[in-house]
Amino acid sequence: MATAAACGACAMAGRRAAAAAPRAPKKPKQRPAERGGAGPGSTGGSAPGAAPLPPPPPSGRPRPCVRFKCGLTGPVLDVLSSRPGWQQAKDEEEWDFLWCDVSWLRENFDHTYMEEHVRICHFRNHYELSRKNYLVKNLKRFRKQLEREAGKLEAAKCDFFPKTFEMPSEYHLFVEEFRKKPGTTWIMKPVGRSQGKGIFLFRKLKDIVDWKKDGGRTEEQKDETQVETYVAQQYIENPYLIGGRKFDLRVYVLVTSYIPLKAWLYRDGFARFSNTRFTLNSIDDHYVHLTNVAVQKTARDYDPEKGCKWMIQQLRQYLTAKHGAGSVEVLFADMDNIFIKSLQSVQKVIISDKHCFELYGYDILIDRNLKPWLLEVNASPSLIASSQEDYELKCHLLKDTLHIVDMEGRLTGKEKRVGGFDLIWNDGPVSREGNLGTLVNGNFMANTHLGTYSPSAGRVPCSHPFLTKRRARAFHLRTREQGVWTLGLRVQKEQTFSKSGCKQPDCRSTVENKHINVGETTLFIALLFKF
Amino acid sequence: MLDPDSGLSLTIARIVQRLQGSSLHSQLERQARVSLHKPEIKLESLKEDIKDFLKTSGWEKKLQNAVYSELNVFPSPCHPAAPPEHMKEPLAYMRKAQGSWEKRILKSLNSMCTELSIPLAQKRPASEQKELLNKWNEMGTDEPDLSLFRPVYAPKDFLEVLMNLRNPNYENGEQPSFRNHLGLIQVPLKVKDIPELKEDFSELGLNTGQLGIDDSAQVPPEFFENEHVRVGQKVLAEQDSAAAQQYVRQGCPTALRADLWALILNISNQPEDILYYEQLKSNVIQYDLLVDSLIYKDVKLTASNDDYYFVFEDYLYQVLLCFSRDTSVLDHFTYSSATPPKSYIRGKLGIEEYAVFYPPNGVIPFHGFSMYVAPLCFLYHEPSKLYQIFREMYVRFFFRLHSISSHPSGIVSLCLLFETLLQTHLPQLFYHLREIGAQPLRISFKWMVRAFSGYLATDQLLLLWDRILGYNSLEVLAVPQR
Repeated sequence: MATAAACGACAMAGRRAAAAAPRAPKKPKQRPAERGGAGPGSTGGSAPGAAPLPPPPPSGRPRPCVRFKCGLTGPVLDVLSSRPGWQQAKDEEEWDFLWCDVSWLRENFDHTYMEEHVRICHFRNHYELSRKNYLVKNLKRFRKQLEREAGKLEAAKCDFFPKTFEMPSEYHLFVEEFRKKPGTTWIMKPVGRSQGKGIFLFRKLKDIVDWKKDGGRTEEQKDETQVETYVAQQYIENPYLIGGRKFDLRVYVLVTSYIPLKAWLYRDGFARFSNTRFTLNSIDDHYVHLTNVAVQKTARDYDPEKGCKWMIQQLRQYLTAKHGAGSVEVLFADMDNIFIKSLQSVQKVIISDKHCFELYGYDILIDRNLKPWLLEVNASPSLIASSQEDYELKCHLLKDTLHIVDMEGRLTGKEKRVGGFDLIWNDGPVSREGNLGTLVNGNFMANTHLGTYSPSAGRVPCSHPFLTKRRARAFHLRTREQGVWTLGLRVQKEQTFSKSGCKQPDCRSTVENKHINVGETTLFIALLFKF
Repeated sequence: MLDPDSGLSLTIARIVQRLQGSSLHSQLERQARVSLHKPEIKLESLKEDIKDFLKTSGWEKKLQNAVYSELNVFPSPCHPAAPPEHMKEPLAYMRKAQGSWEKRILKSLNSMCTELSIPLAQKRPASEQKELLNKWNEMGTDEPDLSLFRPVYAPKDFLEVLMNLRNPNYENGEQPSFRNHLGLIQVPLKVKDIPELKEDFSELGLNTGQLGIDDSAQVPPEFFENEHVRVGQKVLAEQDSAAAQQYVRQGCPTALRADLWALILNISNQPEDILYYEQLKSNVIQYDLLVDSLIYKDVKLTASNDDYYFVFEDYLYQVLLCFSRDTSVLDHFTYSSATPPKSYIRGKLGIEEYAVFYPPNGVIPFHGFSMYVAPLCFLYHEPSKLYQIFREMYVRFFFRLHSISSHPSGIVSLCLLFETLLQTHLPQLFYHLREIGAQPLRISFKWMVRAFSGYLATDQLLLLWDRILGYNSLEVLAVPQR
């Protein structure tokens, strides 16, 4: 058990006197009473002695009880709260599971003692992967190592990261590269910030003259005013466009341990479109080039009802229809390669800790040659929902993450798929069933199904007060029961409240008749076609 | 009754007449002439040799496809003494209802026109033309003020008209009973029942594999998917329209769908087709029509707000604006119950020499019209090909969804089929829905009118449209399917 002590000094004092029974896998957790007092309903004091037990479930077997602490609201909190047997720990209470943000981690991780079964959602030095300058360093180092060990061909598989230089420290190396290809566009990104803040594009050296000035400063001068570290990265000038618009992909990868490396890839993800048509003429126009939803939300013509996301299934279908199944397989196999190589590059650097797991959000850009590029890795991907569909995706994602973290001890450890997650690396490549040894483009065909079958299809969606549009979604519900095929369509209630500032579609027609209101309840229309 | 022989010869005569002036005819002639230089063509057996040559070089297949296409599109001729209206719509009361509905639409269009004092058509000034040409590929970025425009009608208005449709010859002597007053559609049209549907749609049976179901994650691909894809590739290699139509009844693999549909619809994107599209485009640039604003409004209201189709906004303008100027679409009015509205040059009302069809293609868009085009953008990216596919889909299928007719694929029959099936097989559900004030047809009507576009996820929608093409019928819209 761990106590989230605010001051580091009393952390040791908060250590439990009565040692808890170690968690046995596949058995229900020990009653809180035996650990001394911090059971549900109690005030969370550390007084030893039996606390009132929660009533056992009707089956007679004591239900496991997991106490969680969560610093966020939204889907995370909803999923944690609705998980059977999980309860939110009170303020000073001990917890078994923590979903925290990185700032808490920075302040408290080192002083917190955690029992064996406790889980926390970040690795101590996740920034090796998530900060752009560290990622570049790790990738470059890994590439050199691969070249030494396995040759140039293998090392070339690491060329999914555009040329990047840390600024201001690598300014001179950057200038050398810059001069080799005049006229190309570069993008400047601050390493520490997110959501597209502080990013700009440039083509001329004079646009970044400040760094040159700082390059000559003395150490003391540098200490006084911290220069923010940036990276200068070659801008991908030929992104794949759909409908004239640029987009990038957000894909989720869950890592439960680094040594040995065990990583899962989520089948769902989405493509984020920029609201305006792509052109290289206006490099000052952030809205053209930056696809983060946060940036797009501030664009003048952003329509919150419009939404600028596609699910990855849609994208995969679109690309398959346009380029054929073969090219798309190669593209997705290349993306698998990105995930694996990037994780391998930080494998030895990340502080391995059995308490930690981490859900990463990978940002990938596809260029016109169907080559994927890694833009960045997010250790705290946004878990705020922008629409009903988005909310459902994130809920399922988090639920499946918790299934894999497996505080209840239900998994055997041999699973290759849990919910929407496919095991992509388990101390070695994981083969797809029935496809041992086949190679796609020189890469091992991994056990991934990104964008093929929707993991959230067929499940009952979480209810959320977000319904602003009426939509009948057909679920992939096709059952073959007793010779009966059904197609289920769900019609949601028609809501006509309007959010401030959003356009209310005006569809009153000129040839107007009475407006009929459809019934209130959610209708499930199943038409049977008996054979 | 038309006896089969004379019916066949009439059909042949009609097809020959239609193909005679077409580009395929001139290409075939050219090919035949070119083949004269070949050594295997001998003077003694000239006719047979040329025929053989055309067969081996694939030209006979193209001709077959063209004939097949004509057969699909045009209905079989009725009695030679029947007036042309009968090809449009045999039942007089339906014709009358369609006529009055059209009058109503036109009236509202005209009143909107006078209210806003915008002419139905005008030539654009040169500067505006230039601007539009520059912006052709991104017309979606335009934000014209469309607040004063309203769609001419919406599907629910059309439903009200259909509900009031009555056959004056039909004497319903029985007491108003539970049975015949449940549904909204009260016309006595013949619709198929389950055994007939089972027979007609036999490829959708349980024992036949279907894409969308039998290629799901749990089913190993060896069972059905691999073989199906292989057959699909073979069909494409053969370039056989009829085989393709049979094939897609079990669903199209995503990668092959675009080519298969083009094969079935007999679209080959020849240079003259591209040229035709360019002509339409220049027409759009030069002239501004009132319907353009209606199209803009519709796209902004429907497709732009859709989660999946918002990306294709620009393509929709490029297709729909050209569509409204395409006079070749007028051909379909020979077999559609609708009649294109006429407009008169200012000041010459009633004088036939000064009448023009308005809009030039005779089709007034309604609320949701742009959704017919949106799913096609997933398959076709080249504007002229996308345009042709849409036009062909419209003149084969979609026009039936918003005109009053007794055709089995017409919207009236579809509604009646839906209601009958539901009443027969799920009477409790039907009754319950009526009790809570939710007539099932009111819910499903807008789905059917739009052919489910915007209501189904794209992959499923495309599988549904596969069946429409495969069976050359819209009945699948009213009948439950996978």
